[in-house]
Amino acid sequence: MKITKEEVEYVAHLARLDFREEEKVKFTSQLNDILMYMDKLNEADTAGIEPMSHAIALQNAFREDTVKDSLSHELSLSNAPEARGPFFRVPKVIE
Amino acid sequence: MAYEPVIGLEIHAQLLTKSKIFCSCSTLFGAEPNTHTCAICLGMPGVLPVLNRTVVEYTIKMALATNCAINESCNFARKNYFYPDLPKGYQISQYAQPLSEHGYVDIEQNEGKKRIGITRIHMEEDAGKMIHDEHLPSSYIDLNRTGVPLIEIVSEPDMRSSEEASAYLKRLHEILVYLEICDGNMEEGSFRCDANVSIRPRGENAFGTRTELKNMNSFRNVQRALDYEIKRQQYILESGQAVIQETRLWDDSQGVTLSMRGKEEAHDYRYFPDPDLVPIVIDESWVAEVRKNLPELPLAKRERFMRDYQLPSYDAGVLTSSRVLADYFEDVANLSGKPKAASNWVMGDILRFLNEEKRDIKDCPILPQSLAEMIQLIENGTISGKMAKDIIEEMYRTGKPPTTIIEEKGMVQITDEAALAKTIAEILAANTAQVEQYRGGKEKVFGYFVGQVMKATKGKANPQLINDLLKKMLTAS
Ligand SMILES: [Zn+2]
Repeated sequence: MKITKEEVEYVAHLARLDFREEEKVKFTSQLNDILMYMDKLNEADTAGIEPMSHAIALQNAFREDTVKDSLSHELSLSNAPEARGPFFRVPKVIE
Repeated sequence: MAYEPVIGLEIHAQLLTKSKIFCSCSTLFGAEPNTHTCAICLGMPGVLPVLNRTVVEYTIKMALATNCAINESCNFARKNYFYPDLPKGYQISQYAQPLSEHGYVDIEQNEGKKRIGITRIHMEEDAGKMIHDEHLPSSYIDLNRTGVPLIEIVSEPDMRSSEEASAYLKRLHEILVYLEICDGNMEEGSFRCDANVSIRPRGENAFGTRTELKNMNSFRNVQRALDYEIKRQQYILESGQAVIQETRLWDDSQGVTLSMRGKEEAHDYRYFPDPDLVPIVIDESWVAEVRKNLPELPLAKRERFMRDYQLPSYDAGVLTSSRVLADYFEDVANLSGKPKAASNWVMGDILRFLNEEKRDIKDCPILPQSLAEMIQLIENGTISGKMAKDIIEEMYRTGKPPTTIIEEKGMVQITDEAALAKTIAEILAANTAQVEQYRGGKEKVFGYFVGQVMKATKGKANPQLINDLLKKMLTAS
């Protein structure tokens, strides 16, 4: 096995996902298959080839430092499950 | 046992760009909540961030000013965590390939210069702001700050006291403000500092367990928090316990650092290169262009002031504490041709007037030309130093040039020797008893005569001339 059920639980927790027991078993097996396939890819000889972070060879895509209109206030808040006055409202978090 | 603190600082500085790092929303502070927001900085699915070129340019500036090496190629990474002020669920930052590394700045300590290493400087986006409801179990989110460009400057653990940490912090602040890439406002959060601190027995090479200090929003608080934390760790070690690695928040009202209990689960940010942002390649010519436009940095300016104007290091330090102040002084020094006098007037009266009103030098009502003119008027004997003290106050109050004020008040100094000699002769004739006393060896009455002459001339006589004439006339005949 490339990945244990505990690791799946850990990753699920980091992503704030809550799974039932049978889902954990299923995802462990599926993730295991994916990682096995990565092993297959690792068989390719990549000696002397720089790792790439992007699929296309493009660099320095910039914009100039100019200000354009932002969204209207109403539009900005329109997807919020809850808002209050000009703010998004969330359950209290105190660090 | 004698302990030695080991301190490293992480500084976040907001860059003074007009627009955000990955979208065209304004970065202006103080707008209505959630009005400087768009699909990109709100973290809507399917949007594409595009990097602001000026952010890269400013970061190169800071890297050059702190002697960092600029990486030929760098990229952005996603730092994954959940927090309500971070709408995407990840912060775009730089991780494995930052823009620059391996720099240093020198700080001045009593024992001389000390070099503090800079590990790296990288670009990232700021998060939003949260306001906690005092009565309801709610927090309110303003995302105007989300996506404002930041640079993070990470130092080596090279500082050995809170004073050194404070000197390093001030040095970086000064450089950022000189470069005009950050406004340096600690209260508004555009310049923020976290500290890593541990202690170890003096002479020991291995580091002790460190704590991370946050929430220090002034220079003074950084030093106070470090002093407190160093003592706290010392107490723990001396009582045979062990320091726990944790994040602690500075509590300004109590003057203590407090553990952030409960939030201590180890962070696992799962960094990976951001596929939305292509690599940044910085070639020699770009670096050269930025280097060409770097202003003179504070340390170089300080040394030049000491060399070219023969100023003591203290004066040079005060006068170069801001670029505008340094320019003001230089204008006065060059226009008057009297750098030492220029330094005295600027550091004394001008800064005192400004401090009293919490005014910035750029709003000083006295123009450098006027101050230079006043210095020349003292030099050529038109006014005395004492008269100048009154004139400069009037200049500050009214913004008028010194000549106008002198004319209006009829303040020109009496330098006419014959006229003054006549006044003195009259005073001597009216005070024959004192004259006898003086001639009999009681030299103290000399002061009395000076006072009388000053009174008779309403303080307008040149004091040197009074002295010379009085001496001559008292000893004569
Ligand atoms: Zn935006």
